[in-house]
Amino acid sequence: MPKISRLSRFNIASLALGLAFLYLPILILVIYSFNASRLVTVWGGWSLRWYHEFFADRAMIEASWMSLRVGVASATIATLLGTAAAVALSRGERFRGRTLFSGMLYAPLVMPEVITGLSLLLLFVALNAERGFWTVTIAHTTLTMCFVAVVVQSRLGSLDRSLEEAAMDLGCAPVRAFLSVTLPLIAPAIVAGWMLAFTLSLDDLVIASFTTGPGSATLPIRIYSEVRLGVKPEINAICTLVIALIAVVIVIASLVSKLSSSQGESAAPL
Amino acid sequence: MSARRIFARPARFAAIAPYVWMVLFFLVPFGFVLKISLSQTAIAQPPYEPVFDLTAGWTAIRAAFAALSVDNFRLLASDDLYVFAYLRSLTVAVTATALLLLIGYPIAYGMARLPKRWQAVAMVLVIVPFWTSFLIRIYAWINILQHDGLLNRILLALHLVSEPVVWLSTDTAMYIGIVYSYLPFMILPLYATLAKMEPALEEAASDLGAPPWQVFWLVTFPLSLPGVGAGVLLCFIPVVGEFVIPDLLAGSDSLMIGQTLWLEFFTNKDWPVASAVAIVLLVVLLLPLLSYERLQRRQLEER
Repeated sequence: MPKISRLSRFNIASLALGLAFLYLPILILVIYSFNASRLVTVWGGWSLRWYHEFFADRAMIEASWMSLRVGVASATIATLLGTAAAVALSRGERFRGRTLFSGMLYAPLVMPEVITGLSLLLLFVALNAERGFWTVTIAHTTLTMCFVAVVVQSRLGSLDRSLEEAAMDLGCAPVRAFLSVTLPLIAPAIVAGWMLAFTLSLDDLVIASFTTGPGSATLPIRIYSEVRLGVKPEINAICTLVIALIAVVIVIASLVSKLSSSQGESAAPL
Repeated sequence: MSARRIFARPARFAAIAPYVWMVLFFLVPFGFVLKISLSQTAIAQPPYEPVFDLTAGWTAIRAAFAALSVDNFRLLASDDLYVFAYLRSLTVAVTATALLLLIGYPIAYGMARLPKRWQAVAMVLVIVPFWTSFLIRIYAWINILQHDGLLNRILLALHLVSEPVVWLSTDTAMYIGIVYSYLPFMILPLYATLAKMEPALEEAASDLGAPPWQVFWLVTFPLSLPGVGAGVLLCFIPVVGEFVIPDLLAGSDSLMIGQTLWLEFFTNKDWPVASAVAIVLLVVLLLPLLSYERLQRRQLEER
């Protein structure tokens, strides 16, 4: 028995408290979304009343539909571009402008959203582009492809390169070796990247506020304008539905990565 | 030529599409921000004076450059409103990052000490809230912190307070919101370095007679510094520009710079000043980013 116990009571307590801190607020919100009472804090028994109100709220439904469309479109483009960027960075070795390229890919990860949003809006105004579905989609793609690139790149980095080299030694053209050897191996990371891009797009308020036009508000924009006016129980219901949707997305992502990583190595959960 | 080199060429072509995209939608927009920050406000659509017109020929461009106005930047430096907003943003970000480090470190440390199989579970558990909408998580706290919210009801029931405490629209609420939203960003890099650490090093220190706190301060903490740096950076920079959390949870008497930018842009419709605010914020944030990058490169070279 080593002198330092690997897991002390202090470790377990801090971990438990940390997880409770992370989960309790969300759990409380979900429970209160089934509250029959109009007062958000008074428990009036179980009810689906606020879910009915949400589905009767045309503006909210339209905003949800807009968010889903933007999410799917931007996540798909972002996955294509982000995967290409990851391949270039981890397999392309040195190329001209590589430092600038990787800098541009990492900057949006930490950049405050107000700056990204403002700069994109000024671009769209200068180009005289009509703001709406496509401007939000382009903005979200720019942000989320960087996340996809990071996720896929970390997977490519942990991959055994001799597999690709063996394929090419056996006479495979580089592109074919990539498609038939590398791509299936990084597929879980690509799926995870799409899911991450989708949820980030579904989540974004600031960039969407800058780049959207009148009549094409996304769900977070609508929720935000409601929340600023005060707490409404209907919001609890919408939030719970969004949480449920994201939970389904995560479960699918983990199933996909479990199915495809048959050698028992688990994919990055991010 | 090795197989690796042959593979490099087509891989480089993969950079073309994302490269063009990032230049078009990330780099070029900053040119527009810079350009408009040097422009004058106007009652027009869009609400600023055109700065220069590239089609007008060389003399016109030269004349336009001579007429560039730095008034907006002068305004930022002379008006207390902006100076205070920058200072408040930095104060909030420093405080929040310190809190995040204090709270996140024990959690990451506990995760790294779990048996391997449980580490993966704990990591998923930390990431899942990060996948949950950020606005929803702030809203969840509004539910809890409001006047007749859960927190006050518990405190009243336990007779810890005699009347409801005002939580919403205070800095306390804002810090709770920030810590809650950014905690995974702090925990994950910390956990990544702590989990990679060789346990034999700590055991050796304690075998040589170091009490646990000394083992931590002299061995564990210095070795985890790369993770601390990454976590601090991942939290500090976005918090400086934070808009939504202070808007929903903090009081309205002192604004952060992200809120100021938002107000200038959407309420005052002063696009040139909003752009100038963004440029200065960008310069302020570039400093920690660049110094971190240099630090990382030096570490790589030492290895």
